[in-house]
Amino acid sequence: MVVESFFREGVKHVFGLPGGACLPIFDALYDAKFQVVLVRHEQGAVHMAEGYARSTGKAGVVVVTSGPGATNTVTGIADAYMDSIPLVVLTGQVKSFLIGNDAFQEADVTGITRPITKHNYLVKDIKDVARVIKEAFYIATHGRPGPVLIDFPSDISLQKMEFDYPESVNIRGFKPTVDGHPGQIKKAAKMIEESKKPVIYTGGGVIIAGAARELIEFVGKVNAPCTNTLMGLGGVPGTHPLFMGMLGMHGTVYANRAVHESDLLIAVGARFDDRVTGDLKKFSPHSKIIHIDVDPSAISKNVKVDIPIVGDVKQVLTELNKIVKAADTKAWLAEIEQWKKESPLRYKDDSHEIRPQYAIQRLAEIIGPDAIVTTDVGQHQMWAAQYYKLNGPNQFLTSGGLGTMGYGFPAAIGAKFAFPEKNVVCISGDGSIQMNIQEMATAVVNKLPVIIAIINNGYLGMVRQWQEAFYNHRYSSVAMNGNPDFVKLSEAFGGVGRRITKKDEVDEAIRWSLTIKDRPIILDFVVREEENVYPMIPAGRSFEEIMDMA
Amino acid sequence: MAVHEQTPIEHRVISVLVENRAGVLSHVVGLFSARGFNIDSLAVGETEDPTVSRITLVAAGDLRTLEQIKKQLNKLIDVIKVQDLSEEGFTDRELMLVKIGNTPSGKTALKELASEYRLNVIEEDAKVLLVECTESRQNTKKIFEILKGVGILEIAQTGAVALSKKS
Repeated sequence: MVVESFFREGVKHVFGLPGGACLPIFDALYDAKFQVVLVRHEQGAVHMAEGYARSTGKAGVVVVTSGPGATNTVTGIADAYMDSIPLVVLTGQVKSFLIGNDAFQEADVTGITRPITKHNYLVKDIKDVARVIKEAFYIATHGRPGPVLIDFPSDISLQKMEFDYPESVNIRGFKPTVDGHPGQIKKAAKMIEESKKPVIYTGGGVIIAGAARELIEFVGKVNAPCTNTLMGLGGVPGTHPLFMGMLGMHGTVYANRAVHESDLLIAVGARFDDRVTGDLKKFSPHSKIIHIDVDPSAISKNVKVDIPIVGDVKQVLTELNKIVKAADTKAWLAEIEQWKKESPLRYKDDSHEIRPQYAIQRLAEIIGPDAIVTTDVGQHQMWAAQYYKLNGPNQFLTSGGLGTMGYGFPAAIGAKFAFPEKNVVCISGDGSIQMNIQEMATAVVNKLPVIIAIINNGYLGMVRQWQEAFYNHRYSSVAMNGNPDFVKLSEAFGGVGRRITKKDEVDEAIRWSLTIKDRPIILDFVVREEENVYPMIPAGRSFEEIMDMA
Repeated sequence: MAVHEQTPIEHRVISVLVENRAGVLSHVVGLFSARGFNIDSLAVGETEDPTVSRITLVAAGDLRTLEQIKKQLNKLIDVIKVQDLSEEGFTDRELMLVKIGNTPSGKTALKELASEYRLNVIEEDAKVLLVECTESRQNTKKIFEILKGVGILEIAQTGAVALSKKS
């Protein structure tokens, strides 16, 4: 019944790992008409489903067992919750009459996941199964998306009944607002026309809503500069003339300066996260704010908004594009152009050592702007965001909200399942990659040529950078002594790899990686150890304290 | 751009209609602890529609926090409707059961209170008077302070239940 419901929902891939409490479900999956991907660790399954969901826009599906199987999914579920990624996670549970008895492999999974799911269910009656699955997919993918968990006791999954899949859902407590208020949209258009220094600041909401095309039209119509959050990258192409790069802690100087001096901030599908705003009191001090978001609770949560518009970003931008007129931004754009010249995104590239930024820039230039790029978390993530310019949405998959090391590689596997014809690159660090390296086996078994570019500096680099800057160079527990030989490791799993230590080996290694078509590839870039990510606005500070490369 | 001005802490009575299902209360209570919201009291009961329960809660916070409380409650899938009763006017009651010593001064105090408030002695023995009091939240607080002066032996209180004054 579960399997048939998944099929009706159009599921093509399920990621999971079986165990006692979900044996009946896996038995049914044995005959499924879609692919079941066996992972090596349940956290990997969730990140794969996230990568799958982020690259396709469809819900990712995970099936695991009770107890440890379910608790291993917790990090991934929390990650999906923070980044609004639609998932349906099905966990086996001990037999319903054993619940509460501390049975073998029992955990209170609905209790554990309550604060990190959009909604969760404990199924107590076979009659509810079809409705619950239908609702789970609906809730996961509508409004602001997110993970939904279904906890399924094994005695109930053994029961049988006539299958009748509901045509539609009716949840009286869940009616997301789609259409923006026309009056508010008119007011916004007027405010935009009258502004002199508008900035369009967009987040992951644009990607999720599939509104990149509408956004590009909007940016062009208003003729305003645009900046993306980490999650919003790809909303406009990296090479768009009005694009200023990322804003926030490691955003470009000119994007942050533009926000700082702006008289009107148009926030689209973004949530004024602390990594974007720093000190709220000093963030964009002279601007009015228009905030478009599908989640009413995101509006006025962190800042006071002048014109709130609750609605689907795509729908609101479409309406806005019909009436908005260009603002007079000639002087403003010239000013920003000047800042861009004064403090471009840059790094020192004066030695034979490989600078991490150089390696990423070469990856971007050789593999190109149409690839799907996933990252882990840390310095390499910020450099990837800064230097890997992509063409469109759903191509940059990164753990923004939760900041989960170990996300990148399984997410890349998930994306590769969805888009076997595309180049998929996981940019990782030597710390992060070891957090889900076991999924090499999954990639090998499925013959997936995912490229893993390890920016290997021998440190937990971002932590080291903070210890250098704020803890007087006291490098406490950040040296990754005991790193494996990543090439041999890849080979041990059945993959291939190369270790790159010199600048002039970089291009050739990347080109070589593109010739491998049937197994994962590790490119171990041994880079300058103590390179720092700049620009940087220290946590909780304002643009005035931005640190740029010396 | 403006940050939210700090506004004084207010107490609001919020009525939440929810699906009458297992686990719903834990979603509501969990929301408060996870997001650091303050809850003064909470009362739950079934409504005229057996599939719907009404949770009446009294929450404390500045305007921004109260706004977030309502929005976050609305986001819960099992929440059908959130009403800020403090905005529309309401009638509320709390129930308080109090034991005080059976003394002449205690009896005098109770007599005075009973002339003004909904308060009765419901049980009495040689040592103890058991008092029942059904009053608004505001009055319950006053009565509680007065009885504290007399000397409370034991007390049990419910949270407020309330309905909008709108017909």
